[in-house]
Amino acid sequence: MVGAMSANTSAAVSFSGVARHYGPVKAVDGVDLQIAPGEFFAMLGPSGSGKTTCLRLMAGFEQPTGGSISIFGEAMEGVPAYRRPVNTVFQDYALFPHMNVLANVCYGLTIRGMARAEREELGREALALVKLAGMEDRRPAQLSGGQRQRVALARALVVRPKVLLLDEPLGALDLKLREEMQGELKGLHRTLGLTFVFVTHDQGEALSMADRVAVFNEGKIVQVGSPEDVYERPRTRFVADFVGSSNVIEPATTAAWIGTAKAASLRPEKIAIVNGAAPADAIVVEGTISEVLYHGAVKRIELDTTTGHLVAAVASASAGEAGPGSKVRLAFPRTALHLMDSA
Amino acid sequence: MSLTAAEIAPPRDGLRRRISDVLVARHGFYLFLLLLPPLLWLGVVYLGSLFALLAESFFSIDDFSGVVVRTPTLATYAQLFQPANFAVIVRTASVAAIVTLLSTIVAFPIAYYAARYARGRMKAAFYVAILMPLWSSYLVKVYAWKLLLAKEGVIGWTLEHIHATWILDGVLALPTVGGPSLSTSYIGMVVVFLYLWLPYMILPVQAALERVPASLIEASGDLGANPGHTFRSVILPLAAPGVVAGAIFVFSLTLGDYIVPQIVGPSSLILGQVVYIQQGTAGNIPLAAAFSVVPVIIMGVLLTIAKRTGAFDAL
Repeated sequence: MVGAMSANTSAAVSFSGVARHYGPVKAVDGVDLQIAPGEFFAMLGPSGSGKTTCLRLMAGFEQPTGGSISIFGEAMEGVPAYRRPVNTVFQDYALFPHMNVLANVCYGLTIRGMARAEREELGREALALVKLAGMEDRRPAQLSGGQRQRVALARALVVRPKVLLLDEPLGALDLKLREEMQGELKGLHRTLGLTFVFVTHDQGEALSMADRVAVFNEGKIVQVGSPEDVYERPRTRFVADFVGSSNVIEPATTAAWIGTAKAASLRPEKIAIVNGAAPADAIVVEGTISEVLYHGAVKRIELDTTTGHLVAAVASASAGEAGPGSKVRLAFPRTALHLMDSA
Repeated sequence: MSLTAAEIAPPRDGLRRRISDVLVARHGFYLFLLLLPPLLWLGVVYLGSLFALLAESFFSIDDFSGVVVRTPTLATYAQLFQPANFAVIVRTASVAAIVTLLSTIVAFPIAYYAARYARGRMKAAFYVAILMPLWSSYLVKVYAWKLLLAKEGVIGWTLEHIHATWILDGVLALPTVGGPSLSTSYIGMVVVFLYLWLPYMILPVQAALERVPASLIEASGDLGANPGHTFRSVILPLAAPGVVAGAIFVFSLTLGDYIVPQIVGPSSLILGQVVYIQQGTAGNIPLAAAFSVVPVIIMGVLLTIAKRTGAFDAL
């Protein structure tokens, strides 16, 4: 577990007041960020929230219109992409279609003027690392999406970047493959000890893989913290809603329940359906089921209550057979209510 | 009416839907109908006349009566290697090669700008600027150039007024490519060809460059390649099919043209002119046919070489 950085010089990537405006559009607007060496850092947010622009600013494909960026203590102002100690795994993989897999992987080494035998050995090694040994002579067009992704990864890793930037690398893969790659990326991160910066709009991916998560909205970072922090203690309504689904309880209701008039987040899995007596300090709400969605291990039950719409995630085994229209009683402990900043 | 209650009737059955049913069910018949008109045109009229031409080139002409002798012979082809005829081929191929090379050099930056930087109105302006010359008559353009290039023309007049006639004199004094004036020199001929065929080079190169994803260029830079290196190892190889396509247009258009050399350039003949003369005034159809086969052969050889060097690998 890596803690927050104190000084800029010890950070792998440091943003201070970074902005990227396109005319009136503020794609990135005043972002401060410290990524520790060796950290697996996720930038999470909906599309257009500025997370990808931040990654592109790190890579050097874009220049900030304000603020400053440094990588391992070195100011990046005016430093072009080809002089930065970072490498990117692109969302569309960006493999060179006119080169075979080995030539793609060795591209960075070729540019560095490495002798053919030496670079091909490193290239093969990198391909073995991503489990693609034997595919050296294939063309990118002959590979599946998952294989292309691995080639892109090998190509970026073979040049030993100080920071590896991943732009939604798993976005185009199907669910099964995505889960497999999540595990492999995590494993690679552990073995290589590099700093990984990962952009995703998939909160599950960010929570399961990252050491720390930055949640972006409208060009700004709304919250940075460990996955647990962000999930259990969302600072704003937006974070509560975007990171996992959450019930946002209005200040009027929290005032009635616990005497504090502040918006609160209530995670669906904290809510239980009670048939008999509820635990002593629990808050009990009555409601009518409007929809039941079966997710295998859990059922998501949507309810209309006197205090508004609520979603409960209940273990399928204990959810019973109650369907739409049934009246049920819900209970959750007071501590499950997490008070948020008003925003 | 509500969505839950209403039953929506399927679309009415008509003759067109019935025809569609037949065509959807019989895919082969559909393809046959689709290809019939172009195959009739391409197969019979177009390729047919090409083969008739090819056949003609294997006949010869009786030198005394001027009648075509319809017995297969290679004698007409042998005539191509007579010094005067062979010089025409070499001259034409050289002019075409130079025009192709120059048009690549001139077209590439324009195409690159249009493909990678021009957006919105600039892009529309680009297309208009490139295509507008094609809307006006070819002859008008060639004669306009003759006036520009003539001894008393705009170029000479301008240079005289800025006291730079010595530049023009120096250029015209060059051996082979020079001459008494720009309009009667190879330089003038090449300039006119370059002007006429430039759109045919710009458009395919621009289309090829446009298909190069921006992420590939970024990826190359990301891996440490400076812009020059990225250009050589990513952009150029991926644009090569477009350059080759443009080169085919420019080279073959120049090889076959017979009007420009009549109006601009020295008195030495170009291949197209020879074909024109042989099939017309000279009445030697077999030799004209043999001459017209030469560009076909040259293009075939060039394309084979281009394929060997991997110019089409990115297709």
